[in-house]
Amino acid sequence: MKDTPDPGPTFPIALPIQLAVNGKRHQLDLDPRASVLDTLRDRLGVMSVKKGCDHGQCGACTVLADGKRVLSCLCLAASYDGADILTAEGLGTVDQLHPMQQAFLDHDGFQCGYCTPGQICSAVGMLDELAQGMPSHVTPDVRKVAELNDAEIRERMSGNLCRCGAYVNIVSAIREVGQGQAASAALPMPVAREVTR
Amino acid sequence: MKPFDFQRAGTVSDALAQFAPGSAYLAGGTNLVDHLRAGIREVDGLVDISRLDLTEIAELPGGGLRVGALVKNSDMAAHPLLRERYPALAEAILAGASGQIRNMATTGGNLLQRTRCVYFYDPATPCNKREPGSGCSAIGGFGKYNALFGASEHCVTVHPSDMCVALALLDAVVVAESEAGGRRIPFADFHRLPGDTPHLDTNLRPGELITAVELPAVPVAAQSTYRKARERTSYAFALVSVAAALRTEGENVAEVRLACGGVAHRPWRAHRAEAYLTGKPATAEHFRAAIEAELEEAQSGTENAFKVPLLRNMVVSVLEELRDGRTPQRRAEQGGAA
Amino acid sequence: MTTDPKTASVGQDRVRIDGPLKVTGTAPYAFEQPTENPAYLFPLTSTITRGKIRAIDASAARALSGVLEVLTHENAPKLLAKTDTELYILQSRDVHYFGENIGAVVAETQEIARHAASLVRVEYDTEQEDTRFRPEHPERYNPGKINTGIPADSKQGNVEQGLAEAAVTVDEVYATPYEHHNPMEMHSVIAEWDRERLDGVLGVLGERPHLRIHDASQGVSYERLMLLPLLGLLPQQVEISSPYVGGAFGSKGIPHAQVMLTVLAARLMPGRAVKYMLSRQQMFRSVGHRLTTHQRFRLGAAADGTLTAITHDVQQSSSRLKQFAEQTVNATRHLYAAPHRETSTRMVPLDIGPATFMRAPGEFPGMFAQETAMDELAVKLGLDPIELRLRNKPDTDPESGKPHSSHHLGECLKEGARLFGWEKRQAQPRARQEGEWLCGMGVAAATYPRQMTPPTKASVAFREGKYHVGIAAADLGTGAWTVLTQIAADALKVPEEDVVLHIGHTDLPLAFLAGGSTGTYNWGSAVMVAAVNFRDRYGLTPAEGDEAEGSAFFPDEAKKYMLDAYGAHFAEVKVSTVTGEVHVTRLLGVYDPGRIINPRTANSQFIGGMTMGISAALHEESYLDSRPGYGHVVNSDFAGYHIAANADVPDVQARWIEHPDPMFGPTGAKGIGEIGIVGVPAAIGNAIYNATGKRLRELPFTPAKLVE
Repeated sequence: MKDTPDPGPTFPIALPIQLAVNGKRHQLDLDPRASVLDTLRDRLGVMSVKKGCDHGQCGACTVLADGKRVLSCLCLAASYDGADILTAEGLGTVDQLHPMQQAFLDHDGFQCGYCTPGQICSAVGMLDELAQGMPSHVTPDVRKVAELNDAEIRERMSGNLCRCGAYVNIVSAIREVGQGQAASAALPMPVAREVTR
Repeated sequence: MKPFDFQRAGTVSDALAQFAPGSAYLAGGTNLVDHLRAGIREVDGLVDISRLDLTEIAELPGGGLRVGALVKNSDMAAHPLLRERYPALAEAILAGASGQIRNMATTGGNLLQRTRCVYFYDPATPCNKREPGSGCSAIGGFGKYNALFGASEHCVTVHPSDMCVALALLDAVVVAESEAGGRRIPFADFHRLPGDTPHLDTNLRPGELITAVELPAVPVAAQSTYRKARERTSYAFALVSVAAALRTEGENVAEVRLACGGVAHRPWRAHRAEAYLTGKPATAEHFRAAIEAELEEAQSGTENAFKVPLLRNMVVSVLEELRDGRTPQRRAEQGGAA
Repeated sequence: MTTDPKTASVGQDRVRIDGPLKVTGTAPYAFEQPTENPAYLFPLTSTITRGKIRAIDASAARALSGVLEVLTHENAPKLLAKTDTELYILQSRDVHYFGENIGAVVAETQEIARHAASLVRVEYDTEQEDTRFRPEHPERYNPGKINTGIPADSKQGNVEQGLAEAAVTVDEVYATPYEHHNPMEMHSVIAEWDRERLDGVLGVLGERPHLRIHDASQGVSYERLMLLPLLGLLPQQVEISSPYVGGAFGSKGIPHAQVMLTVLAARLMPGRAVKYMLSRQQMFRSVGHRLTTHQRFRLGAAADGTLTAITHDVQQSSSRLKQFAEQTVNATRHLYAAPHRETSTRMVPLDIGPATFMRAPGEFPGMFAQETAMDELAVKLGLDPIELRLRNKPDTDPESGKPHSSHHLGECLKEGARLFGWEKRQAQPRARQEGEWLCGMGVAAATYPRQMTPPTKASVAFREGKYHVGIAAADLGTGAWTVLTQIAADALKVPEEDVVLHIGHTDLPLAFLAGGSTGTYNWGSAVMVAAVNFRDRYGLTPAEGDEAEGSAFFPDEAKKYMLDAYGAHFAEVKVSTVTGEVHVTRLLGVYDPGRIINPRTANSQFIGGMTMGISAALHEESYLDSRPGYGHVVNSDFAGYHIAANADVPDVQARWIEHPDPMFGPTGAKGIGEIGIVGVPAAIGNAIYNATGKRLRELPFTPAKLVE
């Protein structure tokens, strides 16, 4: 602990940042310290992304940024200027659920629901990675193309912790969607709809 | 988190010019943002290098690859040539972190990953790495992750990266730029042992920017693998990890490379074991004798004593696997049920 | 519960009512409740373990742009009655444990609040501290009574005689570590103070303060009851809402210091909502934990396996600030018959934060010891561990002599053995190896008692063609939203679509919290009684606005019986001979849970408990660094404190044998929130023994303990 704390710059720093969130564009003046996660929740009121640790250790804050699953707690908004962010409510709404959301509902792939939006975004991004042929830690031969199976799903979803213990149902839900996708060829990434708040 | 200035760099030379004492380069942010928020580190400014044009994986003459510093870990592990030529490297990357983090983390950033020692992360406790001169809490404290090799009275922690263990195996070269010009740093000279300066993880100079990692042609690496032991099946740092490459001729070891993770302040290339084994029969007895030769240097306390048999078993097992071509079987077992 | 099978909702598979909101991320948890222009709180926490605050210099923090207030003991509003030592904060300079809340910064944004808190300088006068748990602690004491009000010690017969008569004995020490609940939603509070106008017959009488709280709470009614005497307020002055809770597992059962901290900070800025969500590190400091235990367990048995003696002597940690005396010995008193039996509980007082309920407090650590000891006994006797348990199944409750209201442990064990393929198990350890993996199977019994529940009420009101059912219950992920709707629909004899459930608010009828696996039978009973009262009063064609209340009912006759749920857990593991890594390849639970209201949500409750059991067996340990100057848990994040990840849980299945038990109340349900975790670590440890021949008596079962 230093004796005389250095408060840092005293001037308020505000960076002009543009984010598209669930299809809606936002122009914001942001503190460079602000994460994408806090920007979504505290500034834009988009609560369909959750804070579970704020340290990149739980996956609750998973969003799709320009189509890839990332941890929004470790994304500084300033660095994501111009990005397209998709959260669970951008994938589907209560009246029109995304197939992954429907599968989580059908398989009871959650209990408290707090890790769920991150699980669902992660599952969507993960199936896309698998469709692209990306290997994983449990792909037997890393030189070959990975198959969709339960072991692959479990490994690839291990970055999303669920304390209620819904894992086996989460795997069932993703397996169903993944098999459906494989059957109907590669589905394009879902397109965000305009969300009016 | 102290307020800081934020600048985005468009080119490498911009980035070097924008860097000032007290600044840090921001790439994937998976380590740095965490440190800033946890109060482990303060900066006056960030230079965002995430949009620099360093995202190519290119072939080098002679069979090597040049990996741009901003290639995401997931893209690196998925690259067909990299998987073919350096399976241990792809496996190591895939053994680390989670899918989301690998989508964010970069090659250059992974080289600069800092320790996961619990005291480093706890600003209420002494830690020479976080606050030089304050002391080392891990000595006599939470010690199961502590190093076996090369520790000092000032720091006993280990390097957390999986990828770097494989890069040590491959004798990769780190390419860095600074205003004074570029340089190429052999991997063995990149990370440091703690000594009395544990706050320095690497020999990178202030303001120096990693632009690429070069993977030389290493034919033996086509038969290489990475194994990681951890307390949770996935998404956990290594207790011990082993990267190995092996080529036999007849019954004997013609060429062997061995690197270990979770055992030292830097990725630990097991040169003694390699020297012992070269030319010897490729048997479990000799594999064991080889790692015993390496372990002569090891020092352990009560909390991390298990790492000695763990490392020994893993080295023997991985070399046997490479000898017998059984790596895919083990990897399948790791992910499957009984 | 009488239902028409054709129209009944109870017993039917129903998708969660709250599901669509949860899969879209739009169910509003505490921190997400809409507020106008909120301020953000970041706490000041003690960095010493015991002593007094000498001085606090907050000048740098106060000078920071965006900082609204710095709260310390110097300017904290005074609390009235010290009815709870954990909540009586900022009233003195005393520091009782590391990480205790000693103040807070409130600012315009989270970034500013957190940064400002780092600028506050606190000086302390430290006092001698003691955080080192050891069973022989000189100040260890007999708490007299332990949680649930039962005596700390028990004695029947003469155990020394029973052990002397035994052909085979087991005498071992088992240990369980500190654990932290770590629900995915970190504890969150929004507090706002307003003025409330009091109108009298002749006009405005005056004003009084009104406090509105959004909390992540397992029970708002009892939370309010706990806060009122400290704040010196009437019930009408405090309103708490908690419609959605992101997991709790006991940690949100009663309010902890963060609620009071936010309430006190908000008091300094009336009219402005103050929001606080703990950091993950703070989740390891001041919102409770599972205490650590040291348990000596002795068994004596005749050659045929009949138990002659059981003893269970427990030493467990305790906070000097507030005792929490877990009923670790409880299951030992009831599960198996033996003529000679003795149990004891001693508390080891330490300068640590208070422990609290964590999923199956008492039964979880106690059954780890008991069910591992039973396995050790079976090995010594050369008897199948299932057979050993069947031979010692009591005819009546061993302690009280009362008959059981229902007791199907034997069925669970037998049915589980059949489903699991127990006959394929080799009794001899290390008999099955596949590649580098040693494989084994293990079993453990489970029991969880009926807990007593304070008064609980529900209401039914008819409005706009719907039956609005109100009760201050909570859904932590348990399925309460759905099962209470099902129960109400049947009790009112209407389709579920005609029922609108309201939970999680203090304006609703008072309800006991979600804890002790009581939710379904306790709240369910209140809802059924309210529905019956409603129909009795208004018939089948109520008028707009008709309303009735009811209190949970339990039969007097139940006092004559011993009331418990039962189960059996079967684990299959593989253990690497290279690394000592353990994979639980299969886990099966078979339960005797009374009536199952909704098989879908029930299944999730069971497998959720079992998954947490795998997590506790393999991973969880809060490492309290007890050296002077440390005194706190140092692996305080998800990288240091592992909870099971998806890859750890390949195959977890639950089955149940449904025997509704009316002594548990009119729902016939016995409660299922906790029994899924009880005994799971023992089953896994017993499987590890079967696989490797190594007996592990301390949780968790890490590679360090198995590699050789």
